[in-house]
Amino acid sequence: MALKIVKGSIDRMFDKNLQDLVRGIRNHKEDEAKYISTCIDEIKQELKQDNIAVKANAVCKLTYLQMLGYDVSWAAFNIVEVMSSSKFTYKRIGYLAASQCFHEGTDVIMLTTNQIRKDLSSPHQYDTGVALTGLSCFVTPDLARDLANDIMTLMSHTKPYIRKKAVLIMYKVFLKYPESLRPAFPRLKEKLEDPDPGVQSAAVNVICELARRNPKNYLSLAPLFFKLMTSSTNNWVLIKIIKLFGALTPLEPRLGKKLIEPLTNLIHSTSAMSLLYECVNTVIAVLISLSSGMPNHSASIQLCVQKLRILIEDSDQNLKYLGLLAMSKILKTHPKSVQSHKDLILQCLDDKDESIRLRALDLLYGMVSKKNLMEIVKKLMLHVDKAEGTTYRDELLTKIIDICSQSNYQYITNFEWYISILVELTRLEGTRHGHLIASQMLDVAIRVKAIRGFAVAQMATLLDNAHLLTGNTQRNGICEVLYAAAWICGEFSEHLEDPMQTLEAMLRPKVATLPGHIQAVYVQNAAKLFATVLRKHEGETDSHAAQETSQLLIDRLPLFVQSANLEVQERASCILQLVKYIQKLQQKKVEVAEEVTALFAGELNPVAPKAQKKVPVPEGLDLDAWINKPPSESESEDEKPKAVFAKEEPKHSRSRHTEVDEKELARRREARKREQANNPFYIKASPSSQKVYDAPGVEHIPVVQIDLSVPLKVPGMPMSDQYLKLEEERRQKEKAERKKEKKKKREKRGKERKADSGPESEEDIAPAHQVDIVTEEMPENALPSDDDDKDPNDPHKALDIDLDKYPTVHWFPVQKSSKHKKKKQKKEKEEKEKKKKKRHHHHHHHSNAGGEDSVQNGTVEEEEPLPPMSNYFLLAENSYIKMVYDIQGNHQDESKVVVSVIFENKSDSFLKSMEFNVLDSLNSKLQRPEGAGAHDSLTVPFQLPPGISNEAHFVFSVQSIVMPQKLKGTLTFIVKSDESSTHEKLDFKLHFTCTSYLITTPCYLYDAYAKLLESGDLKGSSLRLEGINMPFHHLLARICFHHHFSVVERIDSCASMYSRSIQGHHVCLLVKTSDQTVSIDAKCDEPSLLGNVLDEIKQTFSKC
Amino acid sequence: MIKAILIFNNHGKPRLIRFYQYFAEDMQQQIIRETFHLVSKRDDNVCNFLEGGSLIGGSDYKLIYRHYATLYFVFCVDSSESELGILDLIQLICFFLCVCVFVETLDKCFENVCELDLIFHMDKVHYILQEVVMGGMVLETNMNEIVAQVELQNRMEKSEGGLSAAPARAVSAVKNMNLPEIPRNINIGDINIKVPSLSPF
Repeated sequence: MALKIVKGSIDRMFDKNLQDLVRGIRNHKEDEAKYISTCIDEIKQELKQDNIAVKANAVCKLTYLQMLGYDVSWAAFNIVEVMSSSKFTYKRIGYLAASQCFHEGTDVIMLTTNQIRKDLSSPHQYDTGVALTGLSCFVTPDLARDLANDIMTLMSHTKPYIRKKAVLIMYKVFLKYPESLRPAFPRLKEKLEDPDPGVQSAAVNVICELARRNPKNYLSLAPLFFKLMTSSTNNWVLIKIIKLFGALTPLEPRLGKKLIEPLTNLIHSTSAMSLLYECVNTVIAVLISLSSGMPNHSASIQLCVQKLRILIEDSDQNLKYLGLLAMSKILKTHPKSVQSHKDLILQCLDDKDESIRLRALDLLYGMVSKKNLMEIVKKLMLHVDKAEGTTYRDELLTKIIDICSQSNYQYITNFEWYISILVELTRLEGTRHGHLIASQMLDVAIRVKAIRGFAVAQMATLLDNAHLLTGNTQRNGICEVLYAAAWICGEFSEHLEDPMQTLEAMLRPKVATLPGHIQAVYVQNAAKLFATVLRKHEGETDSHAAQETSQLLIDRLPLFVQSANLEVQERASCILQLVKYIQKLQQKKVEVAEEVTALFAGELNPVAPKAQKKVPVPEGLDLDAWINKPPSESESEDEKPKAVFAKEEPKHSRSRHTEVDEKELARRREARKREQANNPFYIKASPSSQKVYDAPGVEHIPVVQIDLSVPLKVPGMPMSDQYLKLEEERRQKEKAERKKEKKKKREKRGKERKADSGPESEEDIAPAHQVDIVTEEMPENALPSDDDDKDPNDPHKALDIDLDKYPTVHWFPVQKSSKHKKKKQKKEKEEKEKKKKKRHHHHHHHSNAGGEDSVQNGTVEEEEPLPPMSNYFLLAENSYIKMVYDIQGNHQDESKVVVSVIFENKSDSFLKSMEFNVLDSLNSKLQRPEGAGAHDSLTVPFQLPPGISNEAHFVFSVQSIVMPQKLKGTLTFIVKSDESSTHEKLDFKLHFTCTSYLITTPCYLYDAYAKLLESGDLKGSSLRLEGINMPFHHLLARICFHHHFSVVERIDSCASMYSRSIQGHHVCLLVKTSDQTVSIDAKCDEPSLLGNVLDEIKQTFSKC
Repeated sequence: MIKAILIFNNHGKPRLIRFYQYFAEDMQQQIIRETFHLVSKRDDNVCNFLEGGSLIGGSDYKLIYRHYATLYFVFCVDSSESELGILDLIQLICFFLCVCVFVETLDKCFENVCELDLIFHMDKVHYILQEVVMGGMVLETNMNEIVAQVELQNRMEKSEGGLSAAPARAVSAVKNMNLPEIPRNINIGDINIKVPSLSPF
């Protein structure tokens, strides 16, 4: 033995320690990887030795290698060995290594539970400290559950050093094991007033983290935090608390009012910039939450803005940056107070720091008004020129477009100016945003009718000078604008001054070097132009010119017919043939212009991006109902649902599109008109300006009359600056004019300007010409956006626990959730009716009101009556008492189920002092009231006279729901008759089936259902039941009732069904029947849950 | 919450990494590379905040960093942390490193945080960091408290014979320091504390 130790220490002398390793790596710069691999071999040898010191040294080196990116998980077990050393030195090394490389997937982690528990209760505070620190990095749900109690005890440790660590680590425990939050919370709250400032700070830290995610649960702590805020001198704690208040105020405006004063005091008094900054931030949050409540907070805003100005003017870039950040928050609610600092913001655009420039740009976005838009954009354009070829320039470009196009071009008074800006932007070389510019050009040209003439002229110039844009390469993103230019010139070719020239420009051979999709648009629009040119010539009876045009196309198009791009080729050859045919006709002196123009008749209208999605389902329209009689059985039998389970597109989806007849359309149109007439915000179309369209609904695009008061004609390539000058002149002139006819104009404008008047009134700036922006089409009655931006995977969701309530056992008379759909509801009511008759009067009034009504109102559509069904299963029975129970979950809480037990007194005696208890398992626990022990029983809150039954509800928390489970329990009670009273007890077994974790969730949309199935996330399984001798609808009703499913769709002898577990697993069934055989194909994202549910379904049917 | 603390040199070589959320080793290296790429191209006279590290976190997360001599100290934090507070914390940590590890270079502290010292004592730096930040949350900002705890633990290690003789040096140096003269609680939150004010040591 002694020899071994000596040998060990001799070995050690030759071992490398961390420093040697580092030195070695530095000396082997050329073959670092090779050197390290030999080192790893050495380490492997060292780890095989018995000497713990050698092992610890090896593990220490591994920690270093881990940092360099080497996977050291193979040594996990050795790390555990070093962790369990009794020497602090080694233990610390072990825990450090573990904290660097252990994670939830590390399997040896479960071996550490007892070691960590031992370390936590070690008499040496540093052993405990090291264990806590390590645990904070690798705590898993299992560790959290097993060690939560030990850590909770440490929160009251005598040493503040341990207390603060224990408090802090609780947050990690809560995250991994949310059930621990409720029991630990009182103690955590206590720690807010710990005598040690470190512990106090830790507690504030934890509660702030908790409250940030679910602020509403922590509102009740506000007074306590308020006290801390006014008493604490620790800036860290103050910052945390003030940040927390920032999160709380939106929920409780009264709190905000209280906060303003102390916060303003802090702002005035503190010298710490970080604290000042957070105070300002929270004051802003308060002001936002109060928004219009108080009249006198303009002083506070002024203070904030003033302080922020100081920050922005500071030479410290960090302060500048944060100042701008906070400023943008104020901007949202109080734009006026920020706008007065425009000079400062514009100055920041010149800053050398890109992040600061970007922040300033963000601010500018909110600062523009009709008055200053042109000026600001001009300034930005200057920057664009300066910022040649950088990503910042691209950012500037998008910002310019954002600023101009925001809220439906609200601030643009002169669209000619805007088009010129867009055209100027096309001169930027190497920008990625050609596409963005193009879409803006299209949008403006399509939606602002008044501008089309001007836009077309500009686009024609662009096409003419296309060689400037395409320049050298194709990857130059700017050539995208040619797409827009070609389309605009083609579509609105009636505005072209010289269509022939444009046509010629579009058919130049150089075009063939453009990307395919642009060429395609070129070819198509060349055809449109051709039509226009023809008409023009025929109007002038210039047949020679017309034929020349045809010849031009016939000469040039073959180039495109040879294109490698299919789209181009196809269009070109179509059009080429067409033109050849036209040429023939022309030679016969036939007039063709009318017919060619007819090819491109009609106008396109802008449709809002989400319009299709938002079409509401009209009342009375059942998308699932058949429009025609279902096809005969032979066709449909298996085909349809099978398609769903296979990954094909469901074939029948077309049947869903409702075909509405003309009459119905007309009726709806009428209704819509009436509605619009009553809607003050709807801009009515004036009939004279409207063409009559064939398609229904087009006439509802709101368009306001145009009144071009200032005809603008700027020769040559327009410079946006000219507009700026013109605009100024115009404004001055207008000002003078307005004085005269102020009254008259106002009347007029009242009607006209509804479409584009901004939130802040800018009465004194009238648009250069009254321009109407065609709003994008939206379906009438569009549903409000239903985007849910909550992340279902957010771990913090589980911590959303209302800590002020302690719901452990709910006692309420039978009143089952009424949300369940269709058949189930009906059956349930029947059930209830039955029960009610039996039951005593003392809780009758509760269920009376709704029950009978809904049975009458219920949609009774069954062909045959269903046999009565009950979900209540026998729990236990003896000569005194009978218990039946049912288990229900709800979506609100994914870890709780409610067990409803009906107690029925079968004896002639009085039953009292009933106590209900179960032996909790790891997985399922009875929720007991706060303060009760883990084995205490619950008192049933009623007594039972002879022959009476009553129901009680018990809440159980469950963790895993994929397996069924049985819990043993006991009911004790006193049987009291006239002469005697005896204690009795009854044992029972509560069976938590997997079915009981399912919740009837109606799935209204077949599409969503199909999508779910196609997503491929679900795993399948199937079941066959033989000899089922009941009507199909009975079968479905049974599955619905007993297993909490709902029918998504049923076709003859096939039905798809859906249910969800309390933890959100989707369970989908496809039930098919033929000749007493029922086959169920099932899919679920949790295979074991599915297996168990199927077993349970099988059992249900084996019983009948 | 602090999601990660990364220290790397001007060439992007990691000198200390501490993730408070699990990432596999290759992902960790990728994050380091990306972060280095982001911060290294910034001038020293621009602000110390950076948004848009795509690998960690997402929109709620920011990088806050400081650059001392050859080293970058980068914190990846979410919106619950005060930006200026974290900047001060980085300065504070640097200061601890000077006091507790790089004892001999204390006079050149901050401006000359010696990278070599950091490399050879990575484990020590971790132990100090653990006293300041735990599990992604700030544990202690009181200077004296941290120094005292680190010293006590080092003493304990020394009494056990230590892993090697090296730490003894640091321990003795800390012991010999005139602790009471260290500012009781560096006014964390006040960015204006600059290096010269520490010169009395």
